[in-house]
Amino acid sequence: MTNNDEGAGIVSAPSRVPGQPTRRELWLRRQRRKAAIIAVVSTVATFGGLAWLITSSSGWPKVKTIFFNAERFKEDFPEILGYLWVDVKLFLQTAPFILLWGLVIALCRNTRNPVLFPLRAFAAVYTDFFRGVPIILTIYLVGFGIPKLGLLEGDFHFLGFGGNWTSPYLWGPIALVLAYSAYVAEVFRSGIEGVHESQRAGARSLGLSHTQTMRHVIIPQAARRVVPPLMNDLLSLQKDVALLSVLGIIEVFRRATSIKDLTGNFTPLVAAAVIFLALTIPETRLVDWYTNRQRRRTGGSQVG
Amino acid sequence: MNTTAKIEIRNVRKSFGDKLVLDDVSLQVGAHDVVSLIGASGSGKSTLLRCINLLEPIDDGSIHLDGVDISEPGLDPDPVRRRIGMVFQSYNLFPHMTVLRNITLGPTRVLRQSKASATTAAIELLGRFGLADKANAYPDQLSGGQQQRVAIVRALAMQPELMLLDEVTAALDPVLVGEVLNVIRDMRGQGMTMILATHEMGFAREISDLVCFLKDGVILEAAPPAKLFTAPDRPETADFLQRVIASGRL
Repeated sequence: MTNNDEGAGIVSAPSRVPGQPTRRELWLRRQRRKAAIIAVVSTVATFGGLAWLITSSSGWPKVKTIFFNAERFKEDFPEILGYLWVDVKLFLQTAPFILLWGLVIALCRNTRNPVLFPLRAFAAVYTDFFRGVPIILTIYLVGFGIPKLGLLEGDFHFLGFGGNWTSPYLWGPIALVLAYSAYVAEVFRSGIEGVHESQRAGARSLGLSHTQTMRHVIIPQAARRVVPPLMNDLLSLQKDVALLSVLGIIEVFRRATSIKDLTGNFTPLVAAAVIFLALTIPETRLVDWYTNRQRRRTGGSQVG
Repeated sequence: MNTTAKIEIRNVRKSFGDKLVLDDVSLQVGAHDVVSLIGASGSGKSTLLRCINLLEPIDDGSIHLDGVDISEPGLDPDPVRRRIGMVFQSYNLFPHMTVLRNITLGPTRVLRQSKASATTAAIELLGRFGLADKANAYPDQLSGGQQQRVAIVRALAMQPELMLLDEVTAALDPVLVGEVLNVIRDMRGQGMTMILATHEMGFAREISDLVCFLKDGVILEAAPPAKLFTAPDRPETADFLQRVIASGRL
């Protein structure tokens, strides 16, 4: 074979001027600019159209005074905002117990020992029950039902909330813990089952017992996987504490409704929505940021 | 019956559902022997290894380690597994632990060694296989060949009496295969008893005392490599080797 590799066979591309974008780069840039312009135009058209549709409707002037009354908003917003702490406090009180109890339920469901079968059955029935019943029903039944039993009397002191044993400030959070832990248990369980079987084989082949394998190999890996879905559940919890208002707990939603009942104007509810959004939007962004980071971190290193 | 066998597999049968994956398999491996299992994918090589390590229960037959039946139903598998090392095709390293922690987990938790002595032993093993600077790396920071060498070190750290290697180079980039094969050569030099399932025919030929050709869950032919690779008795073996040669892998 003759030596003919001095550039033979290479089709020379149009020469590239250093520092100048190529024809392809220019085309890509134009495409990107075009896409951006279309996105802006379409957004303005859609939302402008919707706004026009709403504000030109016959009922709009009435809706505006009832729901978007600037004066009422100015007056009611600070009053309602004062109750935000109640929602945050209820969240902070329930969240740790939900995580703990959820993990216990998940571990019960993962037991293999036949002696522990009752635990497994209990966990299965528990998650089926509380995931199947609307949370608001659980709150009604636990919050009104259990105190009516009259089993407990007198006062209690409970992480900053004190009061009567029949207080909704006790049974409301308990109802939330019962309901939410069922969801959280499922998240934990899918996290545990999501760790690939080969990890178990790797650990067991070293002679590690089932318990050691769970503790050192499976649970630490499951914990990382469950953080994004857990954060989602906690985000819902932050909103669902408002449901406890049905038991008479006065918080943002409850205060807003009572002002609405007094004035006949719905603007305080809009104010309540604004307050919840101010709380949950940063949380949502945090969840998204973390989930993306997690995906990036584990994305490139999967071994087939 | 040869009582000096390190591991003896007697008439083992195993099915997954309706599919019979091991059909009356018998094999004896003496101490310090290296046995290769060759055959097409799905011929039962991996399943046989997993059965020896009790990762899969067998349906019939028995498996004896130093003459003791380890396949007895109800027997605690953990003490057996700590005597048998296993390395997997996909490494199965623990991604949330450093290389060092991957290696010392077994010795500290199972063999109850002190952390200090387990660490010293691990560092020494890593050094022996050219991985001394990787002790504090995480598995996903290593190349496939490095990960597989760490997996072998992890198994070796338990000081096993028998090593099972399940297609340990099959997931590797061709240029990384050599470094892993060198580790296996090193282990052979140290007198380790090994059973390896492999597609690396040249390597099987070089390293094995005995080569077993499996087809459809049956050991069709078992012979020293010089015989099996040059003058196999069974036409199926010849046919398999012919196809391997045709694909350029021998």
